Amino acid sequence: MTSNIVEIDNISFGYKGRLLHKNINMVFPRGKVVAIMGGSGSGKTTLLRLIGGQIKPTNGQVRVNGKVVHEQNRKGIYQLRRTMGMLFQHGALFTDLSVFDNVAFPMRELTDLPEPMIRDLVLMKLNAVGLRGAHQLMPTELSGGMARRVALARAVALDPNIIMYDEPFAGLDPISMGVICDLIRSLNDALGATSIIVSHDVKETFLIADYVYFVANGEVAAEGTPHDLMLSTLPFVHQFVHGEKDGPVPFHYPAENYQSELLKQSALMKI
Amino acid sequence: MDRTTIDLWVGVFVALGVAALLGLAMKVGNLTSSKIGDTYSVSAAFENIGGLKPNAPVKSAGVVVGRVADIRFDPKLYEAVVTIKIDERYEFPKDTFANIYTAGLLGEQYVGLEAGGEDEVLKNGDKITQTQDAVVLEKMISQFLYNKASETNSEDGTKDSKSGTQSSEKKSGGATSTELGDAPF
Amino acid sequence: MKSILFNRLTKLLTGIGRRMIERIWRLGAGARLFFLTIVYSGESFKRFHLTLREVYFTGVMSLLIIIVSAFFVGMVLGLQGYNTLQKYGSSEAIGVLVALSLVRELGPVVTALLFAGRAGTAITAEIGLMKTTEQLSAMEMMAVNPIARVVAPRFWAGVISMPVLAALFSMVGVLGGYIVAVPLIGVDDGAFWSQMQANVDVREDIINGVIKSVVFGVACTMIALFEGFDAPPTAEGVSHATTRTVVISSLTVLGLDFVLTSFMITV
Repeated sequence: MTSNIVEIDNISFGYKGRLLHKNINMVFPRGKVVAIMGGSGSGKTTLLRLIGGQIKPTNGQVRVNGKVVHEQNRKGIYQLRRTMGMLFQHGALFTDLSVFDNVAFPMRELTDLPEPMIRDLVLMKLNAVGLRGAHQLMPTELSGGMARRVALARAVALDPNIIMYDEPFAGLDPISMGVICDLIRSLNDALGATSIIVSHDVKETFLIADYVYFVANGEVAAEGTPHDLMLSTLPFVHQFVHGEKDGPVPFHYPAENYQSELLKQSALMKI
Repeated sequence: MDRTTIDLWVGVFVALGVAALLGLAMKVGNLTSSKIGDTYSVSAAFENIGGLKPNAPVKSAGVVVGRVADIRFDPKLYEAVVTIKIDERYEFPKDTFANIYTAGLLGEQYVGLEAGGEDEVLKNGDKITQTQDAVVLEKMISQFLYNKASETNSEDGTKDSKSGTQSSEKKSGGATSTELGDAPF
Repeated sequence: MKSILFNRLTKLLTGIGRRMIERIWRLGAGARLFFLTIVYSGESFKRFHLTLREVYFTGVMSLLIIIVSAFFVGMVLGLQGYNTLQKYGSSEAIGVLVALSLVRELGPVVTALLFAGRAGTAITAEIGLMKTTEQLSAMEMMAVNPIARVVAPRFWAGVISMPVLAALFSMVGVLGGYIVAVPLIGVDDGAFWSQMQANVDVREDIINGVIKSVVFGVACTMIALFEGFDAPPTAEGVSHATTRTVVISSLTVLGLDFVLTSFMITV
């Protein structure tokens, strides 16, 4: 068995002939927190869906625990997914179930544990994210940060080996952001799991990640430890890490010359 | 909502549905009346059954005593053979008369049994020999018009006697025909 | 000038063609969802309380609208029927008229239309929103099949609820007609029921009505589920999908009603 729990091997993926990813290679070693960063729309979330087997790659393969994901049948994929937990961007809590039932959901669906044991486990998981007291609330009664924490408790309900985070920091206030940040690191170390974070929040991600991949234009533009990347002189990485307005990623959406467009407009008006 | 409360409500719901179905079957439908216990079959041949349908009622003195089970066409005699099932509780003499009547002027058709006087009774598989056909309204109307026309057109005795035989044939069609004859056309 | 006309015509034709292809594609996708629902039903029957829960939401919660509508429909039938029948001196036949029109047609059809508006839209909106908020994706990532967990229980709940609601509709409608005909207008009580019983056949009328409502149940629920499942994950997408559920369900119910009736009448 290799030391890498997830390996993305030379993957290409695209819709209708337009390639979103071109020959991407990534490895995710056991026990580490690895981040995938990149601008909006660079296909980061798609990489998570490829790992989870929700979509099939056009070329190449994803291996989880040495098994090629897209070659598994439905049962095999479901078996792989039982070793994964995923935190969705907005939590994706089941709105018709209470906080308690949300966390209990994977246990009830996938295991035959007796109800008293499920109760203990759920309260334990909720305690880990600091929301044991909120177990009777409905998801609509939670703040964004609290919902994210409940979703996190649900993602780790079955003690997964791989935890994937889709934009865990997006749209949170600084306090909640700090809390989530801490939780990701501490849960990873406590469970001995591997975490894959997809994010564009540089500060928080660099704080907890062991290794970072930068994705731009469908390729891995840069990779390294947060420290290396902070000092990177690659123009794209520099622009991204320091949040500069203009650089290799242009401010303007591609358009024709501004002046000529204005002239054309006024010419039309005259007629 | 607690799971047990939901179960209760769903139970109430399904019970209501079953009750409604039973109510429809018993109170609205003819489940009770169509259920005649043990029966015996008797057949009868008619030259014309009009609009008689399987499952039509068989009545005697206005009481439903059975149902029409089957209607076949006899290709040798060119007759309709109607099999009827009669409730075992009712016995009819061998010389019972079978008519096809219409309920009202345009209503559904049924078989009417008029008991004869013999001592021997009908048994399973027996055949009723004395039958009378259904009254076909169109036939009657055309006959009536034909008669009217011949009456007004000719004072000839020969033609009159011909129409006389026809009208007597018509009269035997039952009460309906006399009613129709009186109707102003 | 000619080329402009030609261009417009080709545009129109390609537009029609594209829409047709889109429709056929959706029909196929719906059929596939139906097939998958049947396949995964076994899994969902193991936890039958999920289906019961949905029967509560689709069936029990529709009781009020069904009973009230049925009562009024029955009363209107009674009034209208009496008005016409008494001209022909056969006002006792009012029971037959009310019962047959309810049991054969209005019961199953109006129930299905109300069901599409009340429960169908709720199903579409719920599933559409579950998709929009990634709840279905989350379920899939937890190795829980959304078709077995979300779609199949709702489907069977709809199929169970519809005949129950239709039977209730017919029964309450008959009672509504009775109340207008007997105590209010003064038709003879005995004649009302006996005429009804003499002319309503259990197998031909009542059972056929139940068969109709089961078919409508399958169609309405499946359309609602598919529209929700297929809705684009946006607020606009979900709202369009809910509208489509009502429109397509209603048209399908009326069309199916014709087909089923023509089968039942000739056989």
